[in-house]
Amino acid sequence: MQNEDEIRARQRSRARVMALLLGAFVILVFAISIVKIKAGMPH
Amino acid sequence: MKMNTTTAQPLLLPADWRDFLALTKPRVMTLVVFTGLCGMLAAPVGIDPVLGFTAILCIALGAGAAGALNQWYESDIDAVMKRTAGRPLPAGRMDRQSALHFGVGLAAFSVILMGLAVNVLAAAILTVSILFYVLVYTVWLKRRTPQNIVIGGAAGAFPPLIGWAAATGDVATLPVLLFTLVFLWTPPHFWALALFMKSDYAAAGVPMLPVVAGERATRVQIGLYTIPMAAVAIAPWALGLTGAIYGVVAVATTLIFGALALQVSLRSTAMGDTMKPEKRLFAWSILYLFILFGALVVDRWVG
Repeated sequence: MQNEDEIRARQRSRARVMALLLGAFVILVFAISIVKIKAGMPH
Repeated sequence: MKMNTTTAQPLLLPADWRDFLALTKPRVMTLVVFTGLCGMLAAPVGIDPVLGFTAILCIALGAGAAGALNQWYESDIDAVMKRTAGRPLPAGRMDRQSALHFGVGLAAFSVILMGLAVNVLAAAILTVSILFYVLVYTVWLKRRTPQNIVIGGAAGAFPPLIGWAAATGDVATLPVLLFTLVFLWTPPHFWALALFMKSDYAAAGVPMLPVVAGERATRVQIGLYTIPMAAVAIAPWALGLTGAIYGVVAVATTLIFGALALQVSLRSTAMGDTMKPEKRLFAWSILYLFILFGALVVDRWVG
């Protein structure tokens, strides 16, 4: 089933990009939190 | 609403991530990010680099969301224009629902992140700019009136205002002038493009000015809009909001813009015309905005 392999490969590449984006988002939220805490803002 | 599914062939594969990226119009985004960044850097108060980065990211994502929703709505006209036929939707590489979900999700994400991490005013202006581009420009005006890009230009003019609001939490005369500058710059910029892309727009039934009112009228309008644009470009310096660096750069680059626009507005197309002056004006108009905003930042930090 060449078609199914292609679909799986496409899904894998999308999942990899999504994982990278989510990882970057976690780091960003962490950095924002540090900045907010340092500035003494309640939120 | 004129809408139809324009998927060229039945979809077999889930869309590639690169097609989602293409949906955000990355090239348009560069100018948006740049003007937003300059609006932020021209502000009198600094912003924490992390929050500044977040604000610019939100502006970029918001612009990408607007681009995606624009392509979702316009896949039928994109399919008949050479310039846009290769986009993910008209080329059949993505189904329309994925594009819609992607656009709405990205828009919500950018606004919420801006509101939580930066400030509410910046998030509010970002929301207005996305809705303006998608609803007022894409859905309402683009197919109905040749003034489409004049009013739609306001959507592209928001980034410096958002950047400024992100840094200061406020809006002042200078960012409003920058907004007005991009707003008035859009008509000559787009109509120069429309002049050499006329057949494309005509084929798609988009009422661009050269299609509806003819070339002569378009050329006159390019000249007319250049006058207030030039005045607004010089205004920040004339009003004492910026220093001499911006003033000199603004006067010099605006003179070139004016000369190119004058040339375009006075000539008429001959048989087999290659539209060189129109292409030159279009290219310069992009560079012009980059130089002007760059000068604004240099002026603020060096002057």
